[in-house]
Amino acid sequence: MLDSLLDQIQRLGRGTLTAISRLGRANLFLIEVFVGQGGMLTRPGLLIKQLFSVGVQTLIIIVVAGLFVGMVMALQAYYALVDFGAEDSVSVMVVLSLLRELGPVITALLFAGRAGSALTAEIGLMKATEQLSGMEMMAVNPIERVVAPRFLAGVISMPILAAIFSAVGVMGGYLVAVELLGLDPGAFWSQAQAKVELYKDLGNGMIKSLVFGFVVSWIAVFEGYDCVPTSEGLGQATTRTVVYGSLAILILDFVLTALMFGK
Amino acid sequence: MNTRTIELLVGLFVAAGIAALFMLAMSVSNLASFGGDDGYIIKARFDNIGGLKVRSPVSASGVLIGRVTDISYDLEGFEALVSMSIDPQYNVFPVDSSASILTSGLLGEQYIGIEPGAEEEFLVAGSEIDITQSALVLEQIIGQFLYSKADEE
Repeated sequence: MLDSLLDQIQRLGRGTLTAISRLGRANLFLIEVFVGQGGMLTRPGLLIKQLFSVGVQTLIIIVVAGLFVGMVMALQAYYALVDFGAEDSVSVMVVLSLLRELGPVITALLFAGRAGSALTAEIGLMKATEQLSGMEMMAVNPIERVVAPRFLAGVISMPILAAIFSAVGVMGGYLVAVELLGLDPGAFWSQAQAKVELYKDLGNGMIKSLVFGFVVSWIAVFEGYDCVPTSEGLGQATTRTVVYGSLAILILDFVLTALMFGK
Repeated sequence: MNTRTIELLVGLFVAAGIAALFMLAMSVSNLASFGGDDGYIIKARFDNIGGLKVRSPVSASGVLIGRVTDISYDLEGFEALVSMSIDPQYNVFPVDSSASILTSGLLGEQYIGIEPGAEEEFLVAGSEIDITQSALVLEQIIGQFLYSKADEE
C-alpha cells in the first residue's frame, strides 16, 4: 500500500523533473539557434530554400482558409446586424475580428499543422537516420546548417502569411457583403476606415503573428531535434509539435490580447 | 525545382505579404484620414460631455474637420474642458461659432458638431468657443419626462 503510494509520488516527481529538464534544454537550444543564425550571412541560399518550403508551400491553405473565414464572418455579421438596421457595420466586424484575432490565430494554427509538423518530421528523420551526427563528424554544425534557417524562415513567414490571410479575408467579406448581400461598397470601406486604427489593430495583430511564428517555429525545431530517434518517437514528436504549438498559440493569444487591448 | 524558380516564388511570396499589409493599411485602417496631429488647437467648455472620448471626431455639417485631443475637468468653473485639434485647411471659423456634443445615430458614438457663427474675426490656435451645448444624457431626459408627467396629474 505504502509502496504503491510512494511509486505514484515518485512518478509524479519524475514527470515534473522531465518536464523541467525539457524546458531547460529547449531554452539552451534556443540560444544555440540564435548563435547559429550567423551562419546564414555567408549562405543566404539556405534561408531562401526554407522560406520556400515553410512559407510559399503554406500559402495555398492560408489563402483558401482566409477567403472562407472572411466570407463566413460577413454572413454571420450580416444576419446578426440586419435586425438592428446596422448591416453597414458588417465590414467593421469582419475587419476588426480578422486583424485582431482570426488572422494571427488561425494562420498560426494552420501554420503549426502544415509547416510546424513538417519541420519536426524533417529534423527528426535527419536525427533518426543519423544525418545530424554525420554532419557533426564532418565538422559542420547541424544547428547552424539545418535548424537555424528553418527557425528563421518560420519567424519571417508567419507575419507575411497572417497579413495575406487578413487581406484575403477582407476581400472574401467584401465579396459576400457587397456582391451577394447587396450592401453599399462605399459604406463597406468607409465604415472600416472610420473604426480600424493602424497601430492599435493592424500593428498589434502583426506583433501577435510574429510572436506566434516565433513560438511555433521554436517548438517545431526543438521537438524535431529532441525527439527519440525511432519511428515511434518521431510520430510522437510530430504530434507534440501540433498539440503544444496550438495550445501555446491560444494561451499566448489570451495573454497578448489582455496586454494590448486592456486599459 | 531549380534555384531560380524557388527564389522567384519566395520573392513573390514576400511581395504578396507586403502588398497585403499595404492594402490593409491603406484601404481598411484610418491611416489616410486626418488624425489630429498637425492641426490648430481650440477649446470649449461643456457642462456634461456624455460619452465623448479623446480622438472622437469634430465635424462641421457632417464633414470631419478635426479630432478631440484632450479632455480634462476644470476645477474653477466645475466644467469639462475639451481641447480639439482642427485641420489647418479649415481656419476661418467665426469666433461666435458654437460647439455641441451630438450622437451619430440613436446609439452611436458621440462627436462634436461645430456650427459657424457670423462674426468677422476667426478662431485661432488657443481660442475658446463660448457657446456650447452639452451632451444629451438619456437618463436625464427620461427623468425630466417622468417629472413632467407627474406634474400634469
